[in-house]
Amino acid sequence: MSPGVIVFSEADEGTFELLTEGRELSKLYNTQLSALVIGKKDEKGIEKFFEYGAEKVIHWPNENVRTFETDAYVHALFEITKQNGPDIILIRSSRLGKEVAGRVAQRLQAGCVTDAVGMTPKGSELVVDRYALGGNTISSEIIKTNKKVISVLPRVFEAQPAPVIGKIERIDLEKPPERVELVELRKKIGESANIESAENLVCVGKGLASKDDLAMVNELCSLLKAELGCSRALSADYHWISEDRMVGISGKRCKPRLNVSIGISGQIQHTVGIMSAKIIVAINKDKEAPIFKIADYGVVGDLYQVVPKMIQKIKARNN
Amino acid sequence: MHVIACMKQTIDLQQIRIKRDTREAVLEGAPLLFGDMDKNALEEAVRMKEKHGAKVTVLSVGTAKLKDGILEALAIGADEACIVMDPACEGSDTTSSALTLAEAVRKIGVFDIILVGEGSADNYSGQIGSRLAEILNIPLITYVRELSIENNVVTAVRDMEAALEVVRVKTPLVISVTSEINKPRRAPLAQILRASRKPLNVWTLKDLGIDGAKVGSTASRIQVVSNLAPEQERKGLIFEADADEAVEKLVNALRKEGALS
Repeated sequence: MSPGVIVFSEADEGTFELLTEGRELSKLYNTQLSALVIGKKDEKGIEKFFEYGAEKVIHWPNENVRTFETDAYVHALFEITKQNGPDIILIRSSRLGKEVAGRVAQRLQAGCVTDAVGMTPKGSELVVDRYALGGNTISSEIIKTNKKVISVLPRVFEAQPAPVIGKIERIDLEKPPERVELVELRKKIGESANIESAENLVCVGKGLASKDDLAMVNELCSLLKAELGCSRALSADYHWISEDRMVGISGKRCKPRLNVSIGISGQIQHTVGIMSAKIIVAINKDKEAPIFKIADYGVVGDLYQVVPKMIQKIKARNN
Repeated sequence: MHVIACMKQTIDLQQIRIKRDTREAVLEGAPLLFGDMDKNALEEAVRMKEKHGAKVTVLSVGTAKLKDGILEALAIGADEACIVMDPACEGSDTTSSALTLAEAVRKIGVFDIILVGEGSADNYSGQIGSRLAEILNIPLITYVRELSIENNVVTAVRDMEAALEVVRVKTPLVISVTSEINKPRRAPLAQILRASRKPLNVWTLKDLGIDGAKVGSTASRIQVVSNLAPEQERKGLIFEADADEAVEKLVNALRKEGALS
């Protein structure tokens, strides 16, 4: 029996990441690694997946499957993985991927772990890590069903090429009827900041009294060559900062070298997004704020005093 | 129009303490609360009632504490509550929870919309909406931050990270909502007293025709090997008192770390 590992993401770079991780698993289980690709794609586009180790690309070249047409994605994954198809199904945990993962799992009557942040083989079992209890803990879980659906958080694994000579299998499925009608697809307003890969990050929270004070924070950002991030309130409630800069469990998860948290109390929903930072600096006037518990360095004080002084001191040293 | 809002009680995450030596989470004594996004789901249902005269049923699976907790949802505006309380549900995985909810929905009968939060407060696995829609074989719209209804057609704005997708679907369907969709109201005090007079249906698994052996911890398709706080190796150098001195120390420390280029 060869269980097989299949990966799926609606974005190519997501598939590359999953292939990088899937390679290890397929080697370990001595099984085939394949990638599902849906929609129009030329030979060149498909060969890219071989570069990341896909031994087989299963291509459903249906051009009528639109972006976010989850019914079609779920249908394809189910048809390919049911019965003797691949047992390990890795899906990138974008919002679309997370929805697809739960639905495919239900159709397969399979166990599913979403938002995985790590996968470690333990004997014959695969242990999958995810945050639990609101981010307070990491739960290590084994999926007991034969079919295992795992959605992996973006950027947990860095995509690395490992070229193989793969083959292409074209499939022809009947597209399920569209129950969800698309009216409009809008790009979000904002400058689409890529704070996940920022080297340095400055995060602000509710300690900031007004939107105008962002000027001060931005000055610190430019001195530190840092991207600006924020807690949920500043973006979702106050709309001071665009959503693509929101950090935390429902926002971005960042891995900066330096993270400076300003006026952030440190609720777990936010700190999950900065936990992987190498150095965490916290500035908060409340000595008891939980952010200090995860900080390497902290200053207890009014941010309106501390931040200008920081700016001043860093400037003085730069000169 | 009949709207079912699914809600889940989880322990108050702000009350969790981590044991320093074992990194275990101490959950004893922490109160149970409905998740924030579950409250968004209920709020949206109540708004449908106010706007379209919909009937709102709140549905929850949980422990004996649910009997008190559910009054909050009734006070906020649900017309009726259905709660599933059965010791056999203890330790249910998402597959079992979704099955239990689906059977409860079938018992409730005719409905137009099922609302759920995009994820629960504690585990945020986001599978319930997906699994419910599959079991009931009805359409699903996830991550909805804005919606309107007209003649049995729901128009919804989905938040798909870099893009917003506007879609149209005929009822019945399952909708998962994000916290942007509304600001949940609190239960007015006067309503809390009245809430206990609203219909409250308490069901066991037997009432739903579910074999207790098929749900709960023994039937779980997921085995939790460990659940511990991540190891923290932070320096924890906190500077207080004089701001000048504190900032001086901080900037020096960051320079030594090579964090200031």
